Amino acid sequence: MSGITLLQHGLTGISLGGAYALIAIGYTMVYGILRLINFAHGDIFMMAGYFMIFAVASMPWYLAIPLVMFLTVLLGVTIERVAYKPLRSAPRMSIMISAIGVSYLLQNLATYLFTALPRGYPEIPFLKKSFHVGELSASLVTLITPFLTILLTFLLMSLINHTKLGMAMRAVSKDYETSQLMGIKINRVISATFAIGSLLAFVGSVLYFTDRMTVFPFSGTLPGLKCFVAAVLGGIGSIPGAVIGGFILGIGETALVALGYSTFSDAFTFAILIVMLLFRPTGLFGEKVTDKV
Amino acid sequence: MNNDRCLTLTDLQVDYGGIHAVKGISIEVPRGKIVTLIGSNGAGKSTTLRTIAGVVKASAGSIEFEGTQLIGKNPDDIVSMGITLVPEGRRVFANLTVLENLKIGAYIHSHKLDDDLERIYGLFPRLKERDWQLAGTLSGGEQQMLAVGRALMSRPKLLMMDEPSLGLAPLIVKDIFDIIRTINKEGITVLLIEQNANHALKIADWAYVMETGTITMQGSGEELLAKDSIKEAYLGKKKQ
Ligand SMILES: Nc1ncnc2c1ncn2[C@@H]1O[C@H](COP(=O)(O)OP(=O)(O)OP(=O)(O)O)[C@@H](O)[C@H]1O
Ligand SMILES: [Mg+2]
Repeated sequence: MSGITLLQHGLTGISLGGAYALIAIGYTMVYGILRLINFAHGDIFMMAGYFMIFAVASMPWYLAIPLVMFLTVLLGVTIERVAYKPLRSAPRMSIMISAIGVSYLLQNLATYLFTALPRGYPEIPFLKKSFHVGELSASLVTLITPFLTILLTFLLMSLINHTKLGMAMRAVSKDYETSQLMGIKINRVISATFAIGSLLAFVGSVLYFTDRMTVFPFSGTLPGLKCFVAAVLGGIGSIPGAVIGGFILGIGETALVALGYSTFSDAFTFAILIVMLLFRPTGLFGEKVTDKV
Repeated sequence: MNNDRCLTLTDLQVDYGGIHAVKGISIEVPRGKIVTLIGSNGAGKSTTLRTIAGVVKASAGSIEFEGTQLIGKNPDDIVSMGITLVPEGRRVFANLTVLENLKIGAYIHSHKLDDDLERIYGLFPRLKERDWQLAGTLSGGEQQMLAVGRALMSRPKLLMMDEPSLGLAPLIVKDIFDIIRTINKEGITVLLIEQNANHALKIADWAYVMETGTITMQGSGEELLAKDSIKEAYLGKKKQ
């Protein structure tokens, strides 16, 4: 393989990894605070894709982006309020089942409203702009994704480590009742967590779908699962872990495609999951699994 | 007793599902005093404090704080009104530093925390040396001090403590009780749960004895210390 092709694939892999990383953060944050695998997260990502299609059809993209961002956040927060919050003191399995229910609901709602036929994702002109360096050519989105991912991760980490809200999020993730005794409104903190996760899923959806070009009702399923694996790989609950997990999966998957094993690129993800669960269930950066008291 | 009421519980009842943990108790805490609640395991003491703090819902009765009904209020409202609970078993945030634990105690406030921190460090110099350390790595005694310091950061009028001496060495226990006295002298009303009845009764202005969800006895600390039944049940002394 020539140096240029290698570089080209490398770029694609890193870019795909960036989009995965942004979605994986949503899984890991929700798990951190609710000990819930939010099965609906991939479908929120899919809905963000549809929102964008309809928004861009009726307004310029620079208005569509903030609007869709808002709608995606609203969707994520509403799901938490309606489907998870009433189960706050129920056994953890109940809320997990509720999450699976929401996932199917969104998929079926999308099928019902938008049909199962793939729809074209709008082209955001500046993201699609291609650039060339010597023989290397790529669209701007490929180049932007990793930087944007790292920038957003950095901002998120500062929020969590250096702000009052972030401190409250860390406290709530450890102990609900004691957090309440400090005067923290835990429902607000949980909503904020879902808002951030959904926001990142929105950014991920723009980056991902701009590359893939179509959206259909099950668009969220496989990426969702992969990003969940990325979160487990990095150590669920750890944000840097999710980001690194996302990059590993994106790059690994692309490398297999480049080597001609594209049939196995999805299997790769799940092979990693199995190996990880067998040999290092806490993931690369995970804390020791201690059950929530 | 002083008529200046701080906290008044009237016929308070609390249920967990089918379990009646608190079966109609009435307690009065006068302003500026130390009131203690002693009783055997499972009597409902912690439940009482958690209900006052709003993290457990009462099923009947009333809780009045400075003339305001607390039943139905959220925990954050109750903290803002000036009631803070140091929970049973310390419950410091192990994943936060000592400094962050103190800061989070003042979560309801938006004022500068420097003076409050200085005050806490004055009471507990060990916390200052360790302010960067994760709270989970502190010793049990240090964690208890942190839990008390954290609660004081909210600037409470009424400080409730659930077994602050649990599992601590006698010397540290003495420190903790000294601190409780100091805090009280500064004007904070204290409602204290203790297994360590001897210590608790010595510093308390008034004491209640709780058995399986009801108050069975009350009196000044000295009165109860002198009672045979108390000596036998809580101070480990046999009747002669
Ligand atoms: N979350 C809960 N769910 C169900 N029952 C509970 C719960 N918390 C406490 N109980 C029950 O309520 C009763 C009173 O418990 P509580 O913790 O108030 O006792 P306590 O007086 O503080 O005891 P100890 O001295 O051992 O701390 C006990 O029978 C306990 O089993
Ligand atoms: Mg107790």
